[in-house]
Amino acid sequence: MDGTSVLRSGAASSAQALPGLRARRRFWRGGLQGSEYTWAIAFVVPYIAIFIVFVIYPIVYGFWLGSKPSLYPELFDDPVYKMTVVNTLLFVGFGVNVRNAIALLLSGFFMRKGWWVKGLLMIFVLPWAVPMLPTFISLHWMFDGDYGLLNNLLWSVFHINGAHWLDTRWLALGSAIVSFIWKWMPFWTIILLAGRMAIPTDIYEAAKVDGATGVKSFFHITVPMLANLYLMITLISTIWTLGDFNTIYFVTGGGPAMSTYVLANLGIRDAFDLADPRLGVAAVLTALPVLIPLTVILMRKLKHAEVQL
Amino acid sequence: MSAVTAGTAPSRSLSTRMRRAARRRNMLVNAGAAVLGVVIIVWSLLPIYDMVMVSLEGHDDVFSSRIFPADPSASTYWQVITQGYWYLNFFWYQYWRSILLGVAVTGLTLLIGSLASFAIGRMRIRFGWVVTNSALLTYVIPSAFLAIPYYRIMQDYGLMNNLWSVIWALVTFATPYAIFIFQNYGASVPIELDEAARIDGASPFQIYWRIYLPLMVPALVAVGTFALLLAWNDYLFQFLLLSSKRSMTVPVALSQFLNSDEAPWNLMMATAIIYALPPVAIYYMFRRHMTAGLTMGGVKG
Repeated sequence: MDGTSVLRSGAASSAQALPGLRARRRFWRGGLQGSEYTWAIAFVVPYIAIFIVFVIYPIVYGFWLGSKPSLYPELFDDPVYKMTVVNTLLFVGFGVNVRNAIALLLSGFFMRKGWWVKGLLMIFVLPWAVPMLPTFISLHWMFDGDYGLLNNLLWSVFHINGAHWLDTRWLALGSAIVSFIWKWMPFWTIILLAGRMAIPTDIYEAAKVDGATGVKSFFHITVPMLANLYLMITLISTIWTLGDFNTIYFVTGGGPAMSTYVLANLGIRDAFDLADPRLGVAAVLTALPVLIPLTVILMRKLKHAEVQL
Repeated sequence: MSAVTAGTAPSRSLSTRMRRAARRRNMLVNAGAAVLGVVIIVWSLLPIYDMVMVSLEGHDDVFSSRIFPADPSASTYWQVITQGYWYLNFFWYQYWRSILLGVAVTGLTLLIGSLASFAIGRMRIRFGWVVTNSALLTYVIPSAFLAIPYYRIMQDYGLMNNLWSVIWALVTFATPYAIFIFQNYGASVPIELDEAARIDGASPFQIYWRIYLPLMVPALVAVGTFALLLAWNDYLFQFLLLSSKRSMTVPVALSQFLNSDEAPWNLMMATAIIYALPPVAIYYMFRRHMTAGLTMGGVKG
């Protein structure tokens, strides 16, 4: 991060040193000549084609599918829909924020030196490196009330009779949230770890001289330095998690009795199990009032970050 | 510190006391770190241990309250490899299709992403910012929300039950990330190299192929690994777009297992583990590049 900005400014100063170079660069930028222009167009065409065919068209088509106003009363009358909204809020709210908070603290732990911390990190990233489906199938079986590993362990080690985790709504939803946190915590911990590593160590050393260590330096250096990154992470993962389908689908199966569906699951159920794609799209589209503001803030932030660097 | 500056006789006992307190605190911190380490290990490995344990058990032993396999044997793996169960008749065929999917997504993402970022970042094509913004937009759309329109659209395109439908869908979601990483990484490659080559009469394609790509190798590795993991992690698009027996990939077949009345858990876990091996191996092989790539992409989003 720092390296690129240094390199950029280095390039800029060398451009000032060589007056000819600047003109040449403008040449590259503005008027690409004849065949060069054709090449440049040819280079971006594949991406633009994909964007039009697989992003713009599906979005427009989706809005068209969900444009009939009568769909929405029908949707709101569905008792499953109300549960789904509550579940989605809880799933996203707890899943993302608990995970990110733990990831922030753990990233500090992984800053510690020593071979065993490095080894531990290798184990810690395993949930993320193993593909989603195998891990969620395993978690589903682990939470099984009669034969699952979790209850077997609770019994063998502590002589506690575990609950039937997937048989009541709140326990099942909790299990799904825990599974979600388990699967995705390594990824965000590594990103926050990278963010921490980008903080110059002399700030901490200076603070240490002034007597600020541990908790103090965490709140006065780490938190402000990571605030922006943390906010962006929270925004993007909130947006992504709003569309999460797999966790619920595999860990709880939506059960018991569809009481743990989140929006994506409801949308897919309406579209395919009930063979009503319009209703499915309508279910998904009701996330827009939350999604659009988040997206606008995030896109501003991302662009800003790009300009900064 | 104050003890050092004072430097008198009574302060010596103070400094030893402080040193002892520091040592005690150090020990406490280390003990805490060790406990946390154990918690992290158990937390991270428990579901993976569960997978391995169940895969080593016999069909009926799965339904027990043991925490170690009673009579561990690798016969389930043998059954999967030799396709010796009616659910697994097409296992290797499906596996091959999963590999094709992963390779195609990786290759196309790298190609399309690097070409686009070369044109925007290096050739400075006019209206390049439109492309960057469209990539941003794609990046922030939850992919599952596009699944329903995709199903209908792929029917229109005549790509149902065709691997290309999933390939294009996943390439669509992977290229924005590729463009970010390539643009950011490319900023550290001096543009003077391109200019020198251009003066020597190299065509844009030659500059792309001979100068740009070789210098971008670390970013290419990071993005490639990411795209492969994305393809290997996907379930929804494969489930919706590849439903016929001949077009299925391993994840779709695995979930059919799960929905059957009498799920053979041990075989399912063995299949899942065999499916999980390639990405895990590749991830650990390219871990360093991956972390570098995530740093660049992650810090900037």
